[in-house]
Amino acid sequence: MNQDMNKTVKEPSSRTHALDLGALGRGRARLQLAKETVSLQVQDLNLYYGAKQALNGINMIIPDHRVTAFIGPSGCGKSTLLRCFNRMNDLVEICRTEGQILLDGNDIYAKGQNVVDLRRRVGMVFQKPNPFPKSIYENVAYGLRLQGMKDRRRIDEVVEKSLRGAALWDEVKDRLHDSALGLSGGQQQRLVIARAIAVEPEVLLLDEPASALDPISTLKLEELIYELKSNYTIVIVTHNMQQAARVSDYTAFMFMGDLIEYADTDTLFTNPREKRTEDYITGRYG
Amino acid sequence: MSSNRNIRSWFASGSPWVWLCAGAVAASLVAVFGLLALIAVRGLSFFWPSDLVEVEYRERDGQIVQLVGEIRDREEVPAERLRSAGVAVPEGAQEITRYLFKIGNRDVYGLDFRTLVAHDIVKQDRPANLVVMERREWGDLFGQVSALKEAGQVIAEGEAAWRELTARLTRAEQLYAEIRSIEKGEIGAINHGMERLRLRQRGLELEDALTEAAKAELAAERAELDQRYSGLQQRLGSLYRDIRRDSVVMEVAGGRRVEVDMSKVVRVFQPNAMSVWDKSQHYAAKLWEFVSDEPREANTEGGIFPAIFGTVMMVIIMSIFVTPFGVVAALYLREYAKQGPLTRLIRIAVNNLAGVPSIVYGVFGLGFFVYFLGGNLDQLFYPEALPSPTFGTPGILWSSLTLAILTLPVVIVATEEGLARVPRSVREGSLALGATKAETLWRVVLPMASPALMTGLILAVARAAGEVAPLMLVGVVKLAPSLPLDDNFPYLHLDRKFMHLGFHIFDVGFQSPNVEAARPLVYATALLLVVVIIALNLTAVAIRNRLREKYRTLES
Repeated sequence: MNQDMNKTVKEPSSRTHALDLGALGRGRARLQLAKETVSLQVQDLNLYYGAKQALNGINMIIPDHRVTAFIGPSGCGKSTLLRCFNRMNDLVEICRTEGQILLDGNDIYAKGQNVVDLRRRVGMVFQKPNPFPKSIYENVAYGLRLQGMKDRRRIDEVVEKSLRGAALWDEVKDRLHDSALGLSGGQQQRLVIARAIAVEPEVLLLDEPASALDPISTLKLEELIYELKSNYTIVIVTHNMQQAARVSDYTAFMFMGDLIEYADTDTLFTNPREKRTEDYITGRYG
Repeated sequence: MSSNRNIRSWFASGSPWVWLCAGAVAASLVAVFGLLALIAVRGLSFFWPSDLVEVEYRERDGQIVQLVGEIRDREEVPAERLRSAGVAVPEGAQEITRYLFKIGNRDVYGLDFRTLVAHDIVKQDRPANLVVMERREWGDLFGQVSALKEAGQVIAEGEAAWRELTARLTRAEQLYAEIRSIEKGEIGAINHGMERLRLRQRGLELEDALTEAAKAELAAERAELDQRYSGLQQRLGSLYRDIRRDSVVMEVAGGRRVEVDMSKVVRVFQPNAMSVWDKSQHYAAKLWEFVSDEPREANTEGGIFPAIFGTVMMVIIMSIFVTPFGVVAALYLREYAKQGPLTRLIRIAVNNLAGVPSIVYGVFGLGFFVYFLGGNLDQLFYPEALPSPTFGTPGILWSSLTLAILTLPVVIVATEEGLARVPRSVREGSLALGATKAETLWRVVLPMASPALMTGLILAVARAAGEVAPLMLVGVVKLAPSLPLDDNFPYLHLDRKFMHLGFHIFDVGFQSPNVEAARPLVYATALLLVVVIIALNLTAVAIRNRLREKYRTLES
């Protein structure tokens, strides 16, 4: 299957950066993806941890202003792929990548690509809420201060806008200068999202953002993702298939470092093309 | 058989180990508190005024003499030993009580302690009119006030003289304080200014820039200082005349009379006539004098404020040096250096540095800091003062630097551990927002590691404040004429030598001309050293706890 997919993908020259739909699905799904504007395009991406290959020739596009979900069993490489989009894998010393990821047509792995710039354009929210041990206000202002913003009024504005954007403003507006560590887990996770959107990224990567949250916080978070979609391209990794089905427009199923199937969410969950996808979503393994 | 099994099951239950551990803890606690209690009791009781005893004592030649003094100590001595020392001991006695008796009046007797054998004391009495007079020279005087003189004329005698004495002493004290402030403060400032002028002139000479105009300017400034000086000199002259107006005549045991200038008197009191309340007040005053005043009489009297000040200041300067160095080194070792055999080796080396005997650091400090660095600094920046060295001689800066090196390993190790404990997720969060590694370290990681850094600093302070051996080589002296911080420009004099509590203990206890008199001071100073270290530590602990609260590590 994997080889078959690679073959179909490699035919159109990647040099043209033409939208390649080979691995994108079939029928209706394929047609739908073709209509989208491309935000990120992954071409022949291989990733190795030392000698072990963790991603095998991934080809896919991430549509602009849509929510794309990655699902798959633990260790299938979905988080690894997500962390390629803002080059967080660079922090792992033994990690090595081949292939290209294009953001608006430019290879983010090209020589001379400024990683700091990239991470400003591609924000990320992690599995565990990781607010800084600073005040709520300072957490959100962190990215702005990094960019050298000094104007207090402007920072105030952006902080408020970001907290509103993350649906947290009403809960924290009276205690902006309290420690962020006093917030509940769900509030912390929304704070982290506010922190990420304060620097106005184009893409927002969410790495299992709800896995440490209770059901009500999860619900709030999902509503937030739905709202954020209109302004950001969102990629979300999740273990929870119901969640993927609820929040995403497109879903990719990964297994053992391969992208098995990628289609619009409805199709993938109701009419999967691949046996392995069907097995996974019906709970037969994973 | 069954008891055997009982014992075995008792061992298996683990309770012997619990008992053993609890015993070890108890023994440690007893040792620590016993030590503190001993120091506290011996040190603090020294300031309590003890009664003056008048005794009639039979000397070896059978003559009866009269003595006045304080009983400082008593011990039981085997009769045999005394007999062999030539003391006449009554037959049949096994143990003889012997007193250590402070007779004071060093100017009269030449000694201020002697031992008295109990059975040779013929008569003991505690008359209320016995006076202890603390003097600026020659130690305490014990005796009775005989007369008070003004300008050489007797104006009061006996009981009246005592009342008059206390009143006039207040006046003398005020005058003395004024004299001190002029001598130490204003004349000190003038001397400082003169020295600066001399150095400026010498500097200009060395640069061949000593023009007539510059000379005239210097001369004018010098003249102004001279004028101020002669003004002060006149004022001092009149103050000295005032303070010398009165003198007191004391009658010491044996009937000799001693005339003491009022300017030499620190304090007079009649311990036998004092109530407990009076004694408490006296005690508080003595204690305050001890912590706030300067030492007198080769450090055996007066206070130890310069030593406290020097100790605290040295520790603070050391912290200012050791913290940034330790943090930067730890950051590099933990965050930037490639973790491999080399970093492991460096880490082992750093850990082992903590075990190097401190005197070795002292030798290093003397060779490197004082002679090499200081000598070169003098050549470069203070050529006008040569051949007398400015920094090329032991001083507080070099002491602080030496101790900073001594404590560096502690700070590095503690900071490294703190850095290692900062969770990866927080670092990633910062990096994902577009922070560089340096920004992440500076803004997020380092603040979160700061409580651990403070722990390292606490250990460093505790060690540095107690060190004496290396300091003797690089800057501590028995008596420093001025503090390293004063109101003469540039205010902070890092080149000055300083006094240190640890060295003070050593000096007073072993180098003093009057070891018996100084022994209680050793305890008192030791107690104070412990208190200072505890205070420094508590400050650091308080700061650390605040930081800990602020940067509470995220629960995983």
